[in-house]
Parts: sequence; C-alpha cells; structure tokens
Amino acid sequence: MLLKKRTFLAGAATIAALTALSTGAALAQDKTKVGFIYVGPINDGGWSQHHHESALKMVEEIGEDKVELVYQENVPEGPDSERAMTQMALQGADIIFSTSFGYMDPTLNVAGKFPDVKFEHATGYKTSDNMSAYSARFYEGRAVQGTIAGRMTQSNIIGYIASVPIPEVVRGINSAYIHAKKVNPDVEFKIIWLYTWMDPAKEADAAKTLIDQGADVILQHTDSTAPLAAAKEAGGVIGFGQAGDMADYAPSPRVSSIIDNWAPYYISRVEAVMDGSWESHSVWEGIGDGMVGIGEITDAVPEDVKAEALAMKDAIASGEYHPFTGPLKKQDGSDWLAEGEVADDGTLAGMMFYVEGIEGSVPQ
Amino acid sequence: MDFSSINPALLLASLMVASTAVLIAAIGELIVEKAGVLNLGVEGMMITGAICGFIVAVTTGSPLLGFVAAAVGGAVLSLLFGVLTQLALANQVASGLALTLFGLGLSALMGQSYVGIKPPSTPKLDLPLLSDIPFLGTVLFRHDLMVYVGIALVAATWAFLKYARAGLILKAVGENHEAAHALGYNVVRIRFMAICFGGACAGLGGAYISLIRVPQWTEGMTGGVGWIALALVVFASWKPWRVLLGAWLFGGVTVLQLNLQAAGIAIPAEYLSMSPYLITILVLVIMSFDRSGAPASLGRTFHASQ
Repeated sequence: MLLKKRTFLAGAATIAALTALSTGAALAQDKTKVGFIYVGPINDGGWSQHHHESALKMVEEIGEDKVELVYQENVPEGPDSERAMTQMALQGADIIFSTSFGYMDPTLNVAGKFPDVKFEHATGYKTSDNMSAYSARFYEGRAVQGTIAGRMTQSNIIGYIASVPIPEVVRGINSAYIHAKKVNPDVEFKIIWLYTWMDPAKEADAAKTLIDQGADVILQHTDSTAPLAAAKEAGGVIGFGQAGDMADYAPSPRVSSIIDNWAPYYISRVEAVMDGSWESHSVWEGIGDGMVGIGEITDAVPEDVKAEALAMKDAIASGEYHPFTGPLKKQDGSDWLAEGEVADDGTLAGMMFYVEGIEGSVPQ
Repeated sequence: MDFSSINPALLLASLMVASTAVLIAAIGELIVEKAGVLNLGVEGMMITGAICGFIVAVTTGSPLLGFVAAAVGGAVLSLLFGVLTQLALANQVASGLALTLFGLGLSALMGQSYVGIKPPSTPKLDLPLLSDIPFLGTVLFRHDLMVYVGIALVAATWAFLKYARAGLILKAVGENHEAAHALGYNVVRIRFMAICFGGACAGLGGAYISLIRVPQWTEGMTGGVGWIALALVVFASWKPWRVLLGAWLFGGVTVLQLNLQAAGIAIPAEYLSMSPYLITILVLVIMSFDRSGAPASLGRTFHASQ
C-alpha cells in the first residue's frame, strides 16, 4: 500500500514537473496558442469556412512566429464540443473561439474549469469572467436582402430556407420580411425549417419545393450552396450567398450575399490576450463595424434596385436607420413597436416571434 | 394554410426524384441479403460512390462516365467487405459497420479538393410526345435517365428472383447455404457476386445524390440514406415491389412535408420533419406482419468444411 502511494506521489510529481516544463517551454517560445471549434467542415463554402479564413487572416496579420493556430472541424453541438474544448485547453491553448450557437453551454462549462484560458463564443448571449460573447447583426444584412428580394420577385412569393429555430434565424426572417413588404406590399413568404445548419440534400429538396410552389427568390439561412444550385437549374430564380460570398454562382442566381467578416475581431481579441488587456465582454456588431458585409450586387439586379439597396446599407451603417423601427406588430396582431420606436437589443436577442403578416408559427 | 399552392403533378414528380437514391441502394442490398449476406456498409458504399462518380464526372465532363465510376467505386469497396466476411470469415455486422465508417472517411479524403465545384449537368430525358401529356407527362416523363434505371432495376430484380435459374440459385444460397453447397454450387463465389452488385447499386445511389439531386460534393452528404435503404429492405420483407413502394412512400412524405411547411399548414414543423421516417416505418411494419421472406441463412458465416 505504502509502495503504491509512493509510486502515485512520484507519478504526480513527474506530471507536475512536466507541466512546469511545458509551461516553461511555452513561455520560452512566446507563441500564443489560439484554438477554434467549427461546427462544419472548413471547406463548406459558408459559415465554418469563413470563420476559418478569418482565423488564417488573423495568423497572417499577427505573424506565424507569434501565434499558433489549432482547430477542430465537424464538432457536433453539445457534449462532444465540451470534450473538444477541454482537450484544446489541456493542450495549452490560451484562447479558444467556439463558433456556433449550440456551443454556448459547453463553452461556459469548460470556461469554468479553466479559469486561465480565455473563451470567445459566437452568436450566443452567456458570458463569464473568462468567456466573451460576440455576434454579428446579420439582420442588418437581411434588411438589404429583403429589399432586393421584394423588388425582384415577379410571382410575389419568396421562399425562405430556415435552419434551426433560434432567435438569430427568426430575426433574419422578420427583418427580410419587413423590408420586402415595405417595397412590395403583395409579397408573401413561404418558410421551410430544416433543423440543420448544413445538409445539402435537404437544402436542395427544400429549395426545389419552394420553387415548385412558385417562389422566384430563395433566401437561405443554411450554409451550403445547394439551394443556389437548385435555383440555377430551375432558371429564372435568384438567391443570395449565406455566410460566404458564394461568388461561384454570380452573377445569377446569386445576386448578392451576406458575408461574415470575423477577421478584425479575431485580430483584436488575440492581440488583447497577448498584451494582457483581454477582458470579458459581449459585443454585437453590424454593417457599420464591418463585421457584416454585403457582397457585390450583380448586374442581374436593375440599377435602381441596386441603388436603393445600397442606400439602405449606408443608412444602417451610419446608424441613421434601424431595421426594426416601428410601427410594427407581432404576428398575433398585438402591438410591438410604436411609430418611430426602435427595438432594444434585449428583445432582439430573444426574438422568438414572427412579425405581423408572416404565416405559420415559429417552432418552439 | 393554402393547399392550392401545392401542385400535385410537381409533387409526384419530385417524389420520383427524392426516392431514387434510396431505391437503387435498397434494391442492391436486397440482392445481397437474398444471398444470405447482411452488409451494413450501404452508407459507406453510397458515399464512396458519390465521390467517385463526382470526381470522374468533373474530370471527364461526362455524367454517364461518372455513374459508371460510381458503380465501380461502390463495388470495389464492397469487395473489401467480401474478402473480410467470405474469405476471412469475419463477423458480417462488425465488418459492415466498419465499412460505413471507412467509406465516410475515405470519401472525405478523396473529396478534399472537390468542394464547391459544379459537376456537369445530367440531361433530362425529354421524350417528345409523352412529356407533353398533361399531368402524366410532368409526373412520369420529364426525369433524368437514372429515375427510370431505378424502376427498371426493381422490375429486373423481381423477374430475376422469380423466373431466372440464377435467381433461384441465389435464393437457395441465401436460404440454406449447406444444401446449396451440397448441390455443387459455389456459395462463396455467388455471394461475392451478390455483394459486388449491392456495392455497385449503392454507388449509383450515392452518385445520384452528388450528381443530380444536390448536385455538388460535401462531406457526409448522403446523410443517412444508406441506413434508410437497409431498413426498407427489412420492412419490405425482401420483396422488390415493396421496396419500391417503401422508397416512394419515404420520398413522398419527405417532399410532402416540405410542401406542407411551405404552404404554411398548421401542423408544427417538428412533427412534419420526423414524419417521413415515422410513416414509412409504420406502414412497412404493418405490411410485414406476414413474416415471410427473411432468408434463413441471413448473416450466417459459411465455410465449405462445416
């Protein structure tokens, strides 16, 4: 027994020594280790690819001699992500970015276990001493998209491929609808929920179904280019790039896109870790801050519509216009925002209701 | 709620498209199981076929060559399963599961540089007179060749199993491999051929997804269709026409639920999303109450010395 205890103690001492050694080595190298967790493959052409490209840009900007990038792709939301992050933290990551909504609680748990590691969670709302939340105001881009969609549709039917029922997606639907309706009062939205961020076969089926039902504009909140491929095949149907530019499908069916531009944020946060100024925060940046980009509006869109869309983009960027400005009612007809009133961030962050005029219900 | 926006002809037409991949894969697996072999690697062979077909179609510019390559790719992968289970006498369940995992990884590796590329489009078989028939023309005669290949495969399989001598031998091997062996048939060789056929069909089904239905390449894009194909074979009591029915049912409910969602029907989207799986299994379970058809030697290892 005694012997065993001694062995154990010796073992523990060795581990302690090793840990000290490796920390020492890390200090000597002076390289900041940055971890990324992606929900999809890094070449999905959309969400995960853009996070990864922004991460690579961050490494390039700061210098490969100063930062080391580690990442894991295709990490399922939920307990698996907790394991992946724990592993990264154990391997000595200084800061870990978890880049999908469903990583929120797992990130919070891991952040609690590793108080010295900094955590950054995308698109969520929970924070702690060493966990920040960052997100982009994609609904600002949706307002521009809705304007183009409302002007471009001939059939007055706009198809919307929705992914997972969380506030971010619902917000996007509402914003697109409000602005399509504003320029075209006859417009109607058909919405299909797929319960996945990325499944090309399902996305293609959904796009075809919407087109069969008369939609000639397809908006998507899923990450693959399959809906654009379906739009191209059908002919006479337009769509938008999501998360990435999806420029392969320009000038038509892809007439514009919403681009996530995370690189400036990643650069500033990693630098903050390096100079010790990192503090937990919760930020929500939009077109004005450069986190949300509007991809080039192609020639498939008439000049006046393009000008109108760009004017909307500029007004949002300057803060002159807020996409959720009253008068607006909720779907059940109850009042939400009075004339001229602007939605507060709290309501937007938890938005799980449709605005007046959208049919169907938000899955709960 | 507005049902008028759902066009029944287009609905039936997209049903045919949505069911083709699962149909072709299932009919291949039916032959394999009729020969007494349980290959759970359908998903792996499908995804390998999907990428093989995609690569060849993109490099040569010919979708037809792509489909040929998909069939070859699926068959080659199934040979691995054949060697393991028929020659090395490994456990079929474990080997099949391993094949699926292997196929998923292999296809991801092969497809690294093919993401985001558009494949050449497969021409639709536009039959001049037939496709102009109102309603029926849209439903039946405006599809790509593979839709008809799928249905022809069902008919051929049915006829093969019922009338052909080789079909009877195949069934004999699946029902009682010792007896078939005693009669002088080479059980291992027959099973090898069945496994290859199953692999080729799975490959074709996979390529249908990557070349026609989506069409593009993404990792894991078959998304569990192989497992549905496996379930269809069992619930269809190993009968070809019931496999067709099950595939149509699955494809039909899949597109119907999307149509209902788009039409804004008041059923919650969650229930609609799970309905294809639920309804297909329910109907086929009810139909399979006669308990006929399970090949008696299914999943059992055979060696001539036993």
